[in-house]
Amino acid sequence: MTDATLTPPTGPTPAGDVVEAPPRPSLAARAWRSVARSAPIFAVLAVLLVWIAVENPNFTEPPGFLAFLKRAAPLAVLAAGQYFVIVTGEFDLSVGSLVTVTVVVAAQVLADNPDSTLPVIALVLLIGVAVGIVNGLITTRLQVPSFITTLGMLLILDGAVFYWTDGAPKGSLTEDFRTLGRGGVDDVPGLEQLPWSVVVFLAVGVGAVLLMRANLGKQFMAVGDNDRAAGLSGVPVARVRTIAFVLSGGLAAVAGILLGGFAGVSAQVGDGLEFQAITAVVLGGVVLGGGRGSVVAAIAGALTLEALFTLLNLLGVSGALEDTVEGVIIIAAVAFAAFRLRSDR
Amino acid sequence: MRKRRWIAGIAAAALLAGACSDDSDDTEASGDDGEEAADIQGGLDSEFFSQEEMDAQLAMRDMEPEGPADKPWEQAIQPTYVDTAQYAQPGGGWKVCFSNAATDNPWRQVGFTTMQAEAALHPEIAEFTVLDAEASDDKQISDIESLTGQGCDALIVSPNTTATLTPAVEEACATGIPVIVFDRGVNTDCPVTFIKPIGGYAFGADAAEFLVDEVGEGGKVLALRILPGVDVLETRFAGAQQIFEENGIELVGAEFTEGDAANTKSIVSDYIAREGELDGIWMDAGATAVAAIEAFEDEGLDVPPISGEDQQDFLQKWNDDELTAVAPTYPTYQWRTPVIAAVKILNGEQVPEAWNLPQPKITEETLPDYLNPEMGPLFYALCGCQEMPGFPENWQ
Amino acid sequence: MSDTVRDAPTGSPSSNGLEDPGARSGATRGRASAIVGRTRDAFAATPIWAALVGIVGIGWVVVTLDGGTFFASGNLTNILQRSVALGIVAVGQTVAILAGSLDLSVSYLISLASLVGAETMDGRESMLVPAILLTLAVGAAVGLANGLVVTKLRVNPFIATLGMALILRGYIENNYDRPTGSVPESWESFGYTRMGPIPVSIFLFAGVALIVGTTLRRTRFGYHVYAVGGDEQVSVLSGLRTHRVVIAAHVICSVCAALTGLFLASRLGSGTPRVGTDGGYDLESIAAVVLGGTALAGGRGRVAGTVGAVLVLAVLDNVFNQLELDPFLKQAVRGVVIIAAVAVYAQRRKGRQQVATGTAAA
Repeated sequence: MTDATLTPPTGPTPAGDVVEAPPRPSLAARAWRSVARSAPIFAVLAVLLVWIAVENPNFTEPPGFLAFLKRAAPLAVLAAGQYFVIVTGEFDLSVGSLVTVTVVVAAQVLADNPDSTLPVIALVLLIGVAVGIVNGLITTRLQVPSFITTLGMLLILDGAVFYWTDGAPKGSLTEDFRTLGRGGVDDVPGLEQLPWSVVVFLAVGVGAVLLMRANLGKQFMAVGDNDRAAGLSGVPVARVRTIAFVLSGGLAAVAGILLGGFAGVSAQVGDGLEFQAITAVVLGGVVLGGGRGSVVAAIAGALTLEALFTLLNLLGVSGALEDTVEGVIIIAAVAFAAFRLRSDR
Repeated sequence: MRKRRWIAGIAAAALLAGACSDDSDDTEASGDDGEEAADIQGGLDSEFFSQEEMDAQLAMRDMEPEGPADKPWEQAIQPTYVDTAQYAQPGGGWKVCFSNAATDNPWRQVGFTTMQAEAALHPEIAEFTVLDAEASDDKQISDIESLTGQGCDALIVSPNTTATLTPAVEEACATGIPVIVFDRGVNTDCPVTFIKPIGGYAFGADAAEFLVDEVGEGGKVLALRILPGVDVLETRFAGAQQIFEENGIELVGAEFTEGDAANTKSIVSDYIAREGELDGIWMDAGATAVAAIEAFEDEGLDVPPISGEDQQDFLQKWNDDELTAVAPTYPTYQWRTPVIAAVKILNGEQVPEAWNLPQPKITEETLPDYLNPEMGPLFYALCGCQEMPGFPENWQ
Repeated sequence: MSDTVRDAPTGSPSSNGLEDPGARSGATRGRASAIVGRTRDAFAATPIWAALVGIVGIGWVVVTLDGGTFFASGNLTNILQRSVALGIVAVGQTVAILAGSLDLSVSYLISLASLVGAETMDGRESMLVPAILLTLAVGAAVGLANGLVVTKLRVNPFIATLGMALILRGYIENNYDRPTGSVPESWESFGYTRMGPIPVSIFLFAGVALIVGTTLRRTRFGYHVYAVGGDEQVSVLSGLRTHRVVIAAHVICSVCAALTGLFLASRLGSGTPRVGTDGGYDLESIAAVVLGGTALAGGRGRVAGTVGAVLVLAVLDNVFNQLELDPFLKQAVRGVVIIAAVAVYAQRRKGRQQVATGTAAA
C-alpha cells in the first residue's frame, strides 16, 4: 500500500487544482499512534497508572511508585520467563510451584546454616535451572506437550516439597536473604531508597531485551513462528526450546527469592502464579502459540495486572467482583490481540 | 474496526462497572457517623450468624472448666455426661478409625501429628486407621462409607463441611459404632460426643476486646480475613464486629488475604497509604500476621496493636519487637481429645455430650510460657504436645 | 495428516478399508460379533485399559502385603463411586479436546451447577426435573459462551476458558457463601444407593460415556469433531462449518460439567460454592483425558480411553488410601504417571509414523 499523498499527481487533476498534501499529524499524535499500534498494553498501563495517581496522590512521589514496583517485581520477572517459553510456542505451568519450592527450600536450608545466603541463592537458582532442563528435555525429546509436562511437574514439585516438609514449611528466611526482596540501596539522591527488587527487575528487563535482540532471541521467534522451517534452516529447535524452559525456571527461582524476601515464608506463596504469569504475558499482546510479541510488552502486562489489582483495591471494589472484571479483561485483551493479528496479515 | 472498538468498549465498560459497582465508594461514605466507611461482607450479615450461639460462647469464657488444670485437652466446660456402657469393649485390641478432612494447612498438620502421638500413648488401641479426604466433601463421604465397612470399633470424624457431611455421619451412626466428631460439627445429634474449643465468636471477641482496650473509641482498625464463606472464620469476624460496634471502633475495612503473605503485606500498605495511619489490626488467623507487621516496618511506622494467633513466628516477633499484641487461639490440643474420648467410650466411661474445651488466649504475661524458638515458624504453641514423647523432633 | 483418517470411526487402525468387520455375515450373529469387534477395537486402541489391569494387579499385591484386602466389596464400591464425578466431566472434556480446544472453567461450572440445581430443587420432588433442566441449560449457555469466544473472537481456548472461570468465580463468590439449597430424597438416594457393591450412579457415568462415545464414533458430527481437531484448515477447506463443531463441542463439555455438579449435589445433599474447586476437576479432567490417550492438540483419542484413565486414577487413589500414604506423595506420583503415560503415547505415535512413512528410527 503506497501512501498516495506523498507524491502529488502529475498533470492537472479533474478539478484542475494541484493536490496539497494533508497536514502531518503532530509529534505527540504520531508517538501515541506508534505506541498504541505496537502494543496497546502500554496505553492501558498508562491509563491505569494515572487513575491510581488520581485516587492516591502518594503514588506520584518516588517512594509510592517504587513501592508499587517493588510489589510488582516478582510477577514481572515471572512474566519475562514465561514470555520466553510462550514465544517459542510452549507453556510453563510449573513456575508457581517452583516459586514455592524456592522459598521452602531456602527456609529449610537457612534454618541450619544462617550465614550461607549466597550459597543458598545459588542452590535455588540451580534448582530452577534443573527443573527447566527437565521440562525442556521431556518436552523436546519425549514429545510430551509442554502443557502436560509442566502440569505434571507442577504436581511433582508441590507434592515433593510438601512431602519433604510434612505439609508445613520449616525454618525461616534470614534477614540477609530477604534483603533482595525487602531491602534496598539507601540514600539514593532523589529517591529515599531504591529497592533491590526494582534493581533486579530492571536488570532482568534489560537482559531480556538484549537477549531478544541477539541471535538467540531471533531463534526463539523463529522456533515459535514455524518450528519446522526453523529446523530446516539450521536452528537447533530442541536446544532453543530447552533454553527457553531453563530461562523460565531460573527466573521463577529469582521471583521466588524476591517474593520470599518480600513476604517471608509461606506455604502457598506460589499458588496460582503460573496462571497470573501467563495472563500477564497474554495481556501484553504476546500470542499463545508463539512467534510474536515483545518481552517489554509482556513485562508491561505484568505491571498492568498489578496496577489493576491496586486500582481495584483503592476503589474499594469487592473481592468477588474483582475476579469477574479480571476475567472479562483477559478475554477482551486476547480477543483484541487476535483481531489485530488477523487484520495485520 | 468496529469489532475492535466494540471489544475495547466491553473491556472499558467492565472496568468501569467494577469500579462503580453498588459497593460503596470509600470517598462517598467516609462522612457517615458511626457506620463503617468501607463495604463489609459477611460477619454479622452472614447467614452463619447466630446471636444465641455467640452469647453462649462469650459466657463460656468466664466459666471454670471441670478436669485437670494442667491438661486443658481433658477439661470440659459445663459438661452434661452421657452413658457409653453399650459401647464398652474391655480388653483392648481396638481398631480406631479417623476420617480427616485434610492436612493441607500447618494448623491441621500440627494437630494431626499430636493426635497420632496421643494414639501411640494408648496400648489398647491396636490399630489407628486414617483416611485423608484432601479437603473434598465428596471424598470424605466416600471415606466414611469405606471406614464403616472396615470393622472399626470407634470412628472419629473431622468434617470438611458441616451441612454436606451430615448424611454420611448419620449413616455411620446407624451402623451402631460410636462416632466422635470434633473441630467442625454436623447437623445431627447422633454422635456420642462433639468436641470443640469454645468457638469462633469467642476467638474474634477476645481479639476485638483487646483492641478496644488498646485503641479506644473512634480508633481505626483494619480487619484482615482469609476467605469468605468459611463458617469457622465467619463466626470469628462476627464476634469481632459486634464488639467493635458496641464500642465505637471504626472498622476501616475487612479485606480478604486468601492466606497469602505477599497479599497481606500489599493490602496493609495500601490501607496505610489510603488512611494515613491505622490504630489497630484485627486478624481472623495468624498465619500472615508477621507479614502485616512487616508492612508497617517497611513504611518506617510503629506497629499498632495487633491480634494474631499462636504461631511461633508471630509469638517470636511479638517478643523480639516488644509489640502490643494478643494471640487468641483455636487450640490444636483439641486433636488429642477425640482419641481420649474414644478410649473412654470403649472403656464404658461417661463422656460429655457437648465437650467444650477451654480456649486460652496468649497475653503479654503468658507469652514466655509458649515461646519456643526451636520450633518452626508455623508451629502452633497450644498443641498440648510439649510433654509428649518425641517432642520436639516429631513436630519439626 | 494420516492420523486423522486412521482414527476416524471407520474401523480399527489395522483394518484395510472402510468395511465394518461383521456387517455382512447374517443379521443377529453379525451384529453381535460387530459389537464384540468394536469393543475389542476400543480396548486395543486404548492401551490405558492394559495399564488399568496392570495397576489393579500391582495394587492388589501391594495392599495384600500391607495386610489389607484389595478386592473387598467396600473397596470396589469406593473405586466406582469415586470415578463417577471425575468421569462425567472428563468425558465432556474429551470432546472439547478432540475438537482442538480445551475447557478450564469446568470446576467453577460444577460448583455453580450444584448451587443452581440444589437451590431450584429446594428439597421438593416436584422441582427435581425442572431443576435438572435448568441446570443443564445453564451449562449449555456457559458452553455456548465459551465456544463463541473461542471461535468468533478467536481467543485461545486456554485464555477464553480461564477468563470464563474467573467470571464464574466472581459470580459464585458474590452470591453464595455457604452450602445452599437442598436436594429431595429421591435425588439424594441416587448418590448413595448401591446394588451390592455397585453404586447406582456408575450407570449415569456409563450412560454418558456410551452416548458421547457413540456420538463421536458413529455420527457425522463425531467425524467432524475429529476432523476439526485434527486439522482445522483442512476442515475449513473441505467445507466443514468448523465454528459450529467447536461450539457444539464446548456445549457438550459444559453440559457434562453441569451434570457432574448435579450428581455432586446428590452426594452432598446441597450445592456448595467449593465443590468444584475442591475436587480440582479442571486440571484433573484434562489429566484424565490425556492419560487415556487423547492428544492434547486434538483429532486423536477416544472416550473409552478417558473412561479407562478415570478408573486408573480411582484405583491409584484407592491403593494410596488403603496404604494410608501421604497425600502429597500421591500428588507427586500422579504427576510422574501423567508425564510417563503421555511420553509413552508420544513414542508409540512416533514409532507408528515412522513405520507408516517408511523412515526407520535413526
